[in-house]
Parts: sequence; C-alpha cells; structure tokens
Amino acid sequence: MEESLAGFVRALRLAGAQASPSETIDAARAMALIGFEDRASLKACLGLVLAKSVEEKVIHDRVFDLYYSLPTSSDDADAHRPKDLAEQEALGRIRTGDPQIDALLDLADGQKGRDALHTALRQAAVQVGVDQIRFSSQTAFFVREMLAGLGMAPLEARLLERLGQTSNQAQDETATLSAAREVLQRQARAWVEQRFALFGQPSTENFMAEVAVRRPLGRMGPPDIERMKVAVARMAKRLAAKHSQRRRIRLQGQLDFRRTLRANAGHDGVPVKLSFKHKRRDKPRLVVVCDVSGSVAAHVRFLLLFLYALHGTVTDLRSFGFSHRLQDVAEPLEILPFDDAMQFILREVGGGATDYGQAWVDLLEQHEGCIDRNTTLLVLGDGRSNHANPRLDLFAELAHRAKRVVWLCNEPPVRWGSGDSCMLQYRPLCTKVTHCASATDLERAIDEALQAYA
Amino acid sequence: MTHAAHLPPLGSIDAITAALADVGYISTRQISTALYLAHHLRKPVLIEGPAGVGKTDLAVSVAKALGFALLRLQCYEGLDDSKALYEWKYGKQLLYTQILKEKIGHLVDAADSLQGAFSKLAGFQDLFFSRDFLEPRPLLQAMEQPGGSVLLIDEVDKSEESFEALLLEVLSDYQVTIPEIGTIRAQVPPLVVLTSNNSRELGDALKRRCLHLHIGFPDADLERRVLRARVPDITEHLLSQLVSFVQSLRNENIRKPPSIAESVDWARTLLLLHAPMLDESLVRDTLNVLLKRESDIQEMQGRLAALTLAAKEQHEAAQPVGVA
Repeated sequence: MEESLAGFVRALRLAGAQASPSETIDAARAMALIGFEDRASLKACLGLVLAKSVEEKVIHDRVFDLYYSLPTSSDDADAHRPKDLAEQEALGRIRTGDPQIDALLDLADGQKGRDALHTALRQAAVQVGVDQIRFSSQTAFFVREMLAGLGMAPLEARLLERLGQTSNQAQDETATLSAAREVLQRQARAWVEQRFALFGQPSTENFMAEVAVRRPLGRMGPPDIERMKVAVARMAKRLAAKHSQRRRIRLQGQLDFRRTLRANAGHDGVPVKLSFKHKRRDKPRLVVVCDVSGSVAAHVRFLLLFLYALHGTVTDLRSFGFSHRLQDVAEPLEILPFDDAMQFILREVGGGATDYGQAWVDLLEQHEGCIDRNTTLLVLGDGRSNHANPRLDLFAELAHRAKRVVWLCNEPPVRWGSGDSCMLQYRPLCTKVTHCASATDLERAIDEALQAYA
Repeated sequence: MTHAAHLPPLGSIDAITAALADVGYISTRQISTALYLAHHLRKPVLIEGPAGVGKTDLAVSVAKALGFALLRLQCYEGLDDSKALYEWKYGKQLLYTQILKEKIGHLVDAADSLQGAFSKLAGFQDLFFSRDFLEPRPLLQAMEQPGGSVLLIDEVDKSEESFEALLLEVLSDYQVTIPEIGTIRAQVPPLVVLTSNNSRELGDALKRRCLHLHIGFPDADLERRVLRARVPDITEHLLSQLVSFVQSLRNENIRKPPSIAESVDWARTLLLLHAPMLDESLVRDTLNVLLKRESDIQEMQGRLAALTLAAKEQHEAAQPVGVA
C-alpha cells in the first residue's frame, strides 16, 4: 500500500499538484481508515487530503483515474474482433507440458481471470522499474524487459524451435504460442504506455516549460504558447503569493491616543489596553500602455496574460493598447476568452503606423484621471515612433504625475537609439528601463513594479 | 484521550449522510467523507466554494445532528487574539487590586518584620492572572466544552495573514497557550470547520493542516433533493421546472450565477405567489430573487422566454404523461 501511495504522490507532483510529506502521511492514515473496497470513497478521501485547491482537485481526479485503474489495451476495448476470436481459439487448444510455458499460456488465455494477468504484469513492472520511464522511445525497451520479467524466454525458445517444423501438431503449437506472445506483449505495452502518461510525459512537459520561459517571446511556436500559458499562470501565482502580504503596518511605539482613551474608558481611564497607530499599505495601481504593432505583439500577449493572472493581487489595473490611437483594452480581455480577446485587440487596435506621441496625447486627454501619485505606469514597446514627434514633454508630465514609470523594451540595449528608436530620449524620464525578452524577464520586471508598494 | 467514537452518527460515511439528512442537510459523498476523516484523523476541514452553497450551513447542521455545542467565530480584517482566543477581565482585575490594597493591612498585621510580611505575601495564591479573571473567546471556549463541540471559523479569508498563524496551534494540537497560566488542552477535540470564499489565497501552512473540501454548484439531482428537503410544500411539477431553469441559468454568461441558497429563496417565493408552473412574466418579476446584480438581470432579459420554454420542455420530456 505504501509503495502504491508513494507512486501516486510522485505522479501528482509531476502533474503539478504539490503534496507535502506530512500530507502523504495523512493520506496513508486516511487510506487505512477508508480501505480499498469502495473506489469512490477512496477517491474522495485522497482528494480531500492531498489536493488543496480547486485546480489541484482537477489534477488529482485525473491522476487518480489514470493511476488506480488497469491499463486499457485494445483487448479490453473491443474483445470481439474476428482476429481476437481466432486468437482466443488458438490459445485454448494446446498445452506444452512445460509448467513455465503453460503458466504463461494460462495467463494469456484468461483461464485464471484478468486479475491474475494484471497481478503478474504489476509484479513484472515493479521488478524492472517501469515507473522510471522518461521518454516515449523507451517504451519498446520496457515492454521487452517486462516480458522477460514474466519469464517469456522459454516460450520464445520453443516457438522458434517449432517454427521450422511442418507437422500438424507443430503448426498448432506455433499458432498457440505466437498468439499468447501477442496477447502478453499487447498487455505489457498498454501497461508501459499508461506509466509513461503518468510519469514520463509530465516530467518531459515540465522540462520543456522550463526551457520555454527562458526563450525569447518573439520566437515561439504554437505548442510553446500553450505551454507558456501554464508556466505563466504558475509564475503569476508565485508573484501573487509574494505580494499579497498584510496591508497594515503597525508603527512601533506610536500610541494612538484617541483609541487608547476610548478603549479604556471602562477601566476608569487606566490604560490597560494600548492601541498603536498603524498605516495602511497602498494596493498596487497599475496602468499598462502597450504598443500593439507586429514586432511587439507576442510580448504584449504575455504581459497581459501575466497581469490578468495576477488580478487577485493587482485589483486596480487599467490596460491600454495603441499603434496609431490609444484604446482601452480592458473590456475585451474581461469578457472574451483570452485568445479571442488578443485577436480582437490586434485587429481593432493594431495596424497603422506606430505613433508614441499620439498615445501620450490620448492618454492625457481621455484618461487623465487614472494616473495619480500611487500609479505605476508600465510601458511595453520598442520605442520606435516612425520618426513622428515622440512628445517628450507629455511623457515627462506623465512621469511627473505617476509614482513610477517602468519601460519594458523588447529590443536589446545595443539597438536603442538606432534608426527611428527613441528609447535613449525616453530613458532619462523613466524610473526604470529594462530589456525584456523572455517570460522570466517579464516576471522579474513585474516583481520590481510591485515591490514599490511593499 | 477521550474520543467520541462511540457516537453512532460518526461511525461510517453512510451514517453521517443519514444523520445530516435527518436535520435537513442533503450531503454528498465528498462532504460525508470529509466529516468522517475529520473526526477520525482529528483534522480540521477547510471548505471553499462560491457563496450560498451551504458551507456555513454544513457546520450548523453537523452540530445539530451530533447534538454538539456550536461555537462560531466570524472572521474580519483586524480580528486579533483578544477577540478570538481569550481576554483578561481588566475591570475586575482593577477592583481586585483595590480590594487587596484595603485588606493587605489586616493580612500582614500579624507579621512583625518586613521579612515576615513578604513571606506571608508569597504564601498567597497569585490571583491576579488566574482563571477567575479570564474571559474565554470562541477558540478557547471550544477547547473547554466537556461534551465535544463544533467550532466554525467562518470566512477565514477575510482575516489577515497574522491571524492564520494564531490558528495553527489551535488547529494542529487543539490547545491554547496562555503565557500567564500555561497550556490549556482540549478534553474532547472539537470538530473544526473553516470556510473561505477564496477572496484571497490562504497560506500553505494553514492549508496543509486541513482537509480541503470544495463545494461547488449542485447538479440537477442534488438540487432537487435539497429543494425537496428545504421547501417540502413545493409540487413535483414546479420543482423540476424550477431546477432545470436554474441549472440552465448557471450556464449563461453571467457574473454571479445563482447558488443553492438563491434557488431555495426562489422556490419559497414561487410558493408564496401560488404559482402552479413557470411562465415568462412570473420569471421576469421574480428574477431579482435569483440574480443579485443589475447587469446580470439586464443581460438575461432577452433570454428569459427561451430559457423558460426550454425548462418546460425538458420537464415534459422527462415526464411524457404530462401534468395538466
């Protein structure tokens, strides 16, 4: 039991649900209490002890169904194919007299029932360590090992010997032996494939995601983007946990005289209970202005993905997109599914020559109220304004009003100031300018932006 | 350890479901398993889920079913140990010192030297910080119930992180440490239920100590059973129409879908209006019982006719005989 639970917890962790050792101990105690008879109760019980959020519950239920079920090979799915019937018939026909081979034939025949077959397979799997599988290319190897573990060698030797003979009896025996070999191989393969889905696939996925977050955002294929969504959600959760600390800071030693007097009126004014002054920490207020032209589109996508994943921590978030004119993009992001929203934004806002100057004009004219001394202005763009007036005066005014201005530039510093790039002119007006190429850079930049409110 | 294992309702998962049904709470396997494990592993249960799915009600019903005392602690920002654990009765302590001041003369009169007076003083019991002057708050009260209790810590997400740390000792060891007196252990560990609306992420340390139960919106069958238990006078005809309407309403694009509490209210409303069956104008007039946001009500205005019709058809499909 302990072994199977440990394997289950390992599969859970690989799938992204963190279960601690103490929870594993609780799970073992709960399992001992509930028992294995009732599958639904066992599932409910492990879900209660091991999965501690709604997302983890979903992962748990999926892994449970995979881990605590017998692998389904093609045998179980459609057992009545004509080929199988012929196979079944061949299996029942002959016994060789060699006890080891006959035992295998009985297993394949299903004489001892499915359970015996699965028990034998499980033992073989534990013996050769199938749970260690990492890559799908290892499947054939592990199937081979499992068959060897089942004691396939004498059966195969006999099959080889009989294959060359032409007598009727030898022909029948050949049919029986090869049918048995076929069945066992199929079952072993199903077993290995199930274990790969549990242990191999997720660890490969985790590795790929780790690579993806360090890769430049501009160069991402569709599979990477799916992977990134998961990774970004994970990073956002980490950031949220870090920045959702307490909002009240007690000022050590500064007495709140009014509150103290009031609290102690009942004690004849003797100050038995002291109240101290405290101050409230500001909640982060972010105004995000994104350049939605082709070169920056991929970055915009991930920045917004990041910020909306953080909405629990950053409650006060305004987001604008621009290429030619500035537009509020919060609404499509809130009501549409993320991918549709991004396409909508790129279609509505994108296109047309990028004009940074016009964006500042629009921001100051139409959304003046959203920038105050508590706001961090987050600009994402390459600073290439197509030789239009960058309106440094307006940008300076914005910078003056806001608490901080953080500029995330997707171009490396060597290219700042080349051609129509105005990065070098904007740079002195910003609190911070960073080069932001990968998801890790994004995480760091947002972390710093939120840090200002700590 | 005195364990309340002899109590029949906690003996098995099915027994819990039955006991809860007796007090009008329709439980699922998940919920009953959680309570069973909570009792036998001595672990608190943390319940998360949308508002109005019966999180608080579960704790109240469990207390009722088991005949335990219910101690409720409502969490809010600024909740601290003096409101959750214990407080000293300052007024009485002050009075005590004044009485002591008056009486002390008589007490040490007999002593002839300063040394003698002090040793006489040391002989007295230290009453100033004693149980007599202790005002127990819900957490301490729950520890002191001799017959077992259900401790409900409601909306724990509304409190601050520092309060979670305070809970850790209570939840893992069922004890409260008072520096002046010592550690008070629970005679019978209380059954602890915490609820959270997930307005903020709770700390890992707290989550790890609890069993985590998520109660979502009920499916049609469960909702029907709950409504039947809560609104017994409702006709089967209206009930099944109502349930399929509410179920389909939850699939619509609205901000705050109606939960089971709202369906119960709606069923009572319809009963009060003597409505034999759903029709569009009736739904339109009473929609504010189900939907609590103006924008949601506006959003649904155009869809009401279709939804009502669908609910009726679904009901008739289920019962081909039809009720005239």
